[in-house]
Amino acid sequence: MFDRILQMLIKEFLELKRDKWARFRLIVPPLIQMLVFGYAATFEVYHVPTVVLDRDHTEESRELISRFTFSDRFHIVRIAQSDAEVEQAIDRSEAALAIVVHADFTQLLRQGQAAPLQVIVDGTNSNTALLSLGYLGEIVAQYSQDYTADLIRRGIAGPNGKLVQVTVEPRPWYNADLNGKWFFVPGVVGSLTLVLVVSLTASAIVREREVGTLEQIMVTPIRPVEYILGKTVPFFLIGLVEVALVALFGTLWFQVPFVGNPLILLLGTCLFLLSSLGLGLLISTLAKTQQQAFAANFFVVNPLFTLSGFSFPITSMPEPLQWLTYLNPLRYFLVVIRATFLKGVGLDALWPDMLGMALLGTGLLTISILRFRKSLD
Amino acid sequence: MRVRRIKAIAVKEMLQVWRDPISLMIALLMPFMQMMLLGYGVSLDVKGLPVCVFDREASQNSQALLKRFQASEYFSIVDGFDNYRDVTQALDRGRCQLVLVVPSDFTERLNDFGTSSVQALVDATDTNTANIAIGYAQAVVSGFSNDVQLQTADRTGSGIAMLQPVAVQSRVWFNEDLESRDFIIPGVVALVMALVGAQLTSLTISREWERGTMELLVSTPVTPMELMLGKLLPYFAIGMLDAIFCLALAVFWFDVPFRGTLGTLFFTTSLFLIVVLGIGYLISTAIRSQVGAAQIGLLVTLLPTTLLSGYAFPIDQMPPIVQGVTYLVFARYYVTILKAVFLKGSGVLDLAAPILAMIVYAAIVAFLAARAFHKRLD
Repeated sequence: MFDRILQMLIKEFLELKRDKWARFRLIVPPLIQMLVFGYAATFEVYHVPTVVLDRDHTEESRELISRFTFSDRFHIVRIAQSDAEVEQAIDRSEAALAIVVHADFTQLLRQGQAAPLQVIVDGTNSNTALLSLGYLGEIVAQYSQDYTADLIRRGIAGPNGKLVQVTVEPRPWYNADLNGKWFFVPGVVGSLTLVLVVSLTASAIVREREVGTLEQIMVTPIRPVEYILGKTVPFFLIGLVEVALVALFGTLWFQVPFVGNPLILLLGTCLFLLSSLGLGLLISTLAKTQQQAFAANFFVVNPLFTLSGFSFPITSMPEPLQWLTYLNPLRYFLVVIRATFLKGVGLDALWPDMLGMALLGTGLLTISILRFRKSLD
Repeated sequence: MRVRRIKAIAVKEMLQVWRDPISLMIALLMPFMQMMLLGYGVSLDVKGLPVCVFDREASQNSQALLKRFQASEYFSIVDGFDNYRDVTQALDRGRCQLVLVVPSDFTERLNDFGTSSVQALVDATDTNTANIAIGYAQAVVSGFSNDVQLQTADRTGSGIAMLQPVAVQSRVWFNEDLESRDFIIPGVVALVMALVGAQLTSLTISREWERGTMELLVSTPVTPMELMLGKLLPYFAIGMLDAIFCLALAVFWFDVPFRGTLGTLFFTTSLFLIVVLGIGYLISTAIRSQVGAAQIGLLVTLLPTTLLSGYAFPIDQMPPIVQGVTYLVFARYYVTILKAVFLKGSGVLDLAAPILAMIVYAAIVAFLAARAFHKRLD
């Protein structure tokens, strides 16, 4: 039995060795995708184009505006002279944010009243708008605090005047600088593995069926289970190498830390590959031609990718979709891969995800092997 | 150029699509599936974020603060702890994404020094959610802070300086509720059409090669120009129908506000279709196997449209070199236009620059596509 499987393995690797296109596909597109994702996929907000209308022209208003000038979150692109100019700048997308200081700003401040600062934000990109409003709030709060502290120091605030406030000290764990690349790069490793392994497995078997070599192999003494092992083991190994290659490239190029235990990532990858191979096999039993396999591949892999939490958090989805994600092996793998990269946690924290992948993998493999044997009859 | 020949090719192509299950699936099922998947699955809104608390003071004051978090729709308190080990474990295991730690001298410091702070430990593996959560936490705490000031002012009998002398009055334009769905779905329409259009046409010529009908086609008097028009017109019709379907889903099913005019929408949509179909056709003439053509079609549409069109990831935040590359991504212009037409109600004049870019793009692609087919068999 092992002899026959070994022969299959040799045949598969020989095929791969002679197939230049396949080798190219294994190395170049993943690296390009890693680069594009690493650089393009970002939700961070810096240099928001800002238009300023200062109607007050006092020391106070200039001080407030200068704080925006010195922040790398905002970039003042224009000093407007009228409301119309402000509106135009936002309408034409020259600026995404407008700050309007009213003429009575300093007067109100000096009277000890709350001085409103008018802010208009282009909400077209709701995420950017939300984050820039947050940063703006921080700057204004800091200004307010400094202003009050100054009043108290100069004794203007009255005899009982003292600073009263409660603040929040944010402590982002695992990614102290909130660097978006640390979120995306490990995710790319997971999703690329899924896309590659499923499509390679499916197309390898369907090709044999299409060319007719599947029948030739079946007249040899090899048994279906041995054939399946001989077909899947190479892709299992390729999957492992692929994860190592992409992960190494990602960590070195984008300097993403890897604080966890590589063995845990290895275990997670093995379990995840079971599901990927199972899916590939399943598609190969459903498709008669490579073209069908390609289409089926798209209709299966694309939803798995979208509903994995790769870039859009699962907790933001409607509840029925959240339940569906429990059937998605990529969901668990992304948790494991991000946790080993950034959190450095062990099996005590990751066992539910490992179990999920193990169950899904066994289920998918069993179904696909049963179907595969039937499709040979 | 004879209309009769173009018509003959178009009818033949239509029949082929109708009888080919895969093409039918791409034309009918793919748009629906993608719209539903992305419409529901793609959201960045943070609501009901799981929060754990470690209240080391357990005073009236600290409870009042935590109650504010409980009342906020953005947070939901799921658990309370009494030691740091549990806090670490909860974050490690992903049980909650935010832990609020109230120090044991919270009220004491507030009374003695006037200032006090709570710690917010955030799971920053998902940086965007972490960032938004920090913003919301700051808003909740600053509301609490204001209340404390007012109370102190009442007690001490005025004379206190206001802490928040400057109050931000923000107004959000174009997407008043800051719904991420409203900004993402118009882009999804572009993504779907790029995918469907390029997939369908990438098969047209390679199919002739694979089925061996190329000899027949070459022996007919049809000219390259006629062939291109005949091949692409049916797909233009299908693409238009798909576009109408997707846009209708966006407006009526997902309730994305539509503030522009239908004229602008359809004019730019046809331009986009011309580019997409032309690119698919170019791929099809270059690659003789249907699978190969479909793969290349997927490669040139899916990745650039998802990442480099600005449909979810803002282009102005990318490094300058990548920003330069996005000018080559045709979907970029259409996504810009769609978002502006939907949310801002922009007209043709406001969008002159991206429309012009699309016209140039369409002209180049059409020119290349018209000359791409050679009546040769080698």
